[in-house]
Amino acid sequence: MSTPEAKTPLLEVRDLVKHFPIRKSLFGKARARVHAVDGISLDIAPGETLGLVGESGCGKSTAGKVILRLIEPTSGSIRLEGRDITALGAGDMLAVRRQMQVVFQDPYSSLNPRMPAGEIVGEPFINYGIGGASERRDRVAALFRKVGLRPEQMARYPHEFSGGQRQRLGIARALALGPKLIIGDEPVSALDVSVQAQVVNLLMDLQAELGLSYLFIAHDLAVVEHISHRVAVMYLGKIVEIAPRRSLFGQPQHPYTEALLESVPATRPGLRRERKTLTGDVPSPIAPPSGCRFHTRCPYAIPRCSQEEPLLHAVGEGHQVACHLR
Amino acid sequence: MSTASTPLLSVRALETRFVDDGVALTAVDGLSFDVGRGETLCIVGESGCGKSVSALSIMRLLPPTSRVTGRIQLDGKDLGALSEPEMRRVRGNAVSMIFQEPMTSLNPVVTVGYQIAEAVRQHEGKSWAEGYARATEMLRLVRIPEPERRVKEYPHQLSGGMRQRVMIAMALACRPRVLLADEPTTALDVTIQAQILELMRDLQAETGTAIVLITHDLGVVAEMAHRVVVMYAGRKVEEAPVGDLFERPCHPYTVGLMGSIPELGSSLSAEGTPRRLAEIPGIVPSLRAMPAGCRFAPRCPLADERCHAQSPPLTENRPGHWSACWHWERAGEAIHVHA
Repeated sequence: MSTPEAKTPLLEVRDLVKHFPIRKSLFGKARARVHAVDGISLDIAPGETLGLVGESGCGKSTAGKVILRLIEPTSGSIRLEGRDITALGAGDMLAVRRQMQVVFQDPYSSLNPRMPAGEIVGEPFINYGIGGASERRDRVAALFRKVGLRPEQMARYPHEFSGGQRQRLGIARALALGPKLIIGDEPVSALDVSVQAQVVNLLMDLQAELGLSYLFIAHDLAVVEHISHRVAVMYLGKIVEIAPRRSLFGQPQHPYTEALLESVPATRPGLRRERKTLTGDVPSPIAPPSGCRFHTRCPYAIPRCSQEEPLLHAVGEGHQVACHLR
Repeated sequence: MSTASTPLLSVRALETRFVDDGVALTAVDGLSFDVGRGETLCIVGESGCGKSVSALSIMRLLPPTSRVTGRIQLDGKDLGALSEPEMRRVRGNAVSMIFQEPMTSLNPVVTVGYQIAEAVRQHEGKSWAEGYARATEMLRLVRIPEPERRVKEYPHQLSGGMRQRVMIAMALACRPRVLLADEPTTALDVTIQAQILELMRDLQAETGTAIVLITHDLGVVAEMAHRVVVMYAGRKVEEAPVGDLFERPCHPYTVGLMGSIPELGSSLSAEGTPRRLAEIPGIVPSLRAMPAGCRFAPRCPLADERCHAQSPPLTENRPGHWSACWHWERAGEAIHVHA
């Protein structure tokens, strides 16, 4: 899409769709479907961070889970290093998962409370039969140091760590198998700002050191701008705009992106922007609006917007937008 | 600290302790502040700094295991001296509170109209019909579309943004003189947050309600506050008019907080790459192991022997600008960016 054609992207997602059926009873026929992800395409180059932003219910987390194949896609394809992993069986996926790991929002609910931290971080080595007990211990100690924890803390349990330290544990576990891609689903959203800064810096340091790629899913636009090379904006299951960081934040094209950026509080008093506040709420993903899904809230909508769906098209270097008016 | 006229809400030396396993843990340690009519005071700080407990202490909504001391005055009247039935007449009437999570603070088994009407009936002795009429009017005021229909709906039928607006409608139904809002927009998306903040500003302009807004988000502070109190580990460490605070913070913790937040538009600077975020090393101390001296000292790049031994007093370093730091003049250097 917007990465140079010369290099094969690490991750290529094409027309990815995930619909959840809604049934009236257990065996009933699906009467409606939640259009959680409705045909998104994106690429991530080696060493690149793609930010994925949007409001609650826009499908960004589902997109991450489908790419990880924690949820099966309805249609579309996912390629990792050129290999189509959309339909791989459990055995083949095991090998793929070494390349692709995840860090979740809530480090507490994603760490087994009855396992010492060292075992949590070292579990992937056991699952993949890597090394003997002493080698595993050394590797875990090295991972602890890498994420800014002390190896002495390996015997402690998750509840003995602070929120930021637990997120470091989650990152250490994700790094254990030497992945190329880490999908972070709101990885810093639950942290206090001072600790959030520590974790953001850590993620950026690790990328510089290990050449990792990130799909960074978050709703905090300032954090996404800080960490991402490129950013995709989702609304009701669709990507409405995707662009390099500077052009997305400097010249946002989609009315929804504009509204999102205008909604962020100014960081200095007296700078309060005269904003066109969006009215209303996001429509239901069960029956998304016809045409452009944003037309019901868009201040510039014209009749065409409710009839014809706008497609993503280039408006600048690597900058694509799905809007009839641009 | 106080403004020229008598403040509407005045809190002095508020101290809240919880007894746990025979140990008294001090969650709020000597907090004082004033809010005047039409004024918005923001209380900022991170999890565990005591900002929510302060609000609950003022409302007397804490469990019996807590011990609250200090003086809380509403328009010169001592709230601490009120009996529980008398206090119940104050809550939701003269002083209202908005909580962070509207779903857990609304009653799921009765309609939103009933919940608002009930408050109006209780406090103003109105009939149910008048209560429902006020409920509809309040829902319209907080810009809920089709208020006549929504008033008959249950909380689960509303979106998160609408529920928060119902909370605000309920809190404002009896035209409170003071509104305590505890992270009212934290659970909401930015576009909805912008709507709610605008609504609170408009309502304040119309009714002159004093607002105490508790938040961890400095962006919300910059938009809403007239004055700001910064809390750390149960204590007030700084207080200033909002412009002055952002212009020249006088406590290393405030400086650290401001440095650790990425700024929107950071990639548009001349260099094209955002600066590295400042970190506040370490974590907030536990209530069970409060450091002697300045509580921020273990994380502070400016800390010296005196900081570790003696707690710095709050002093008015510039007109209306108070801070508790031995090194307030150098606070601006307290940025910790390691390469």
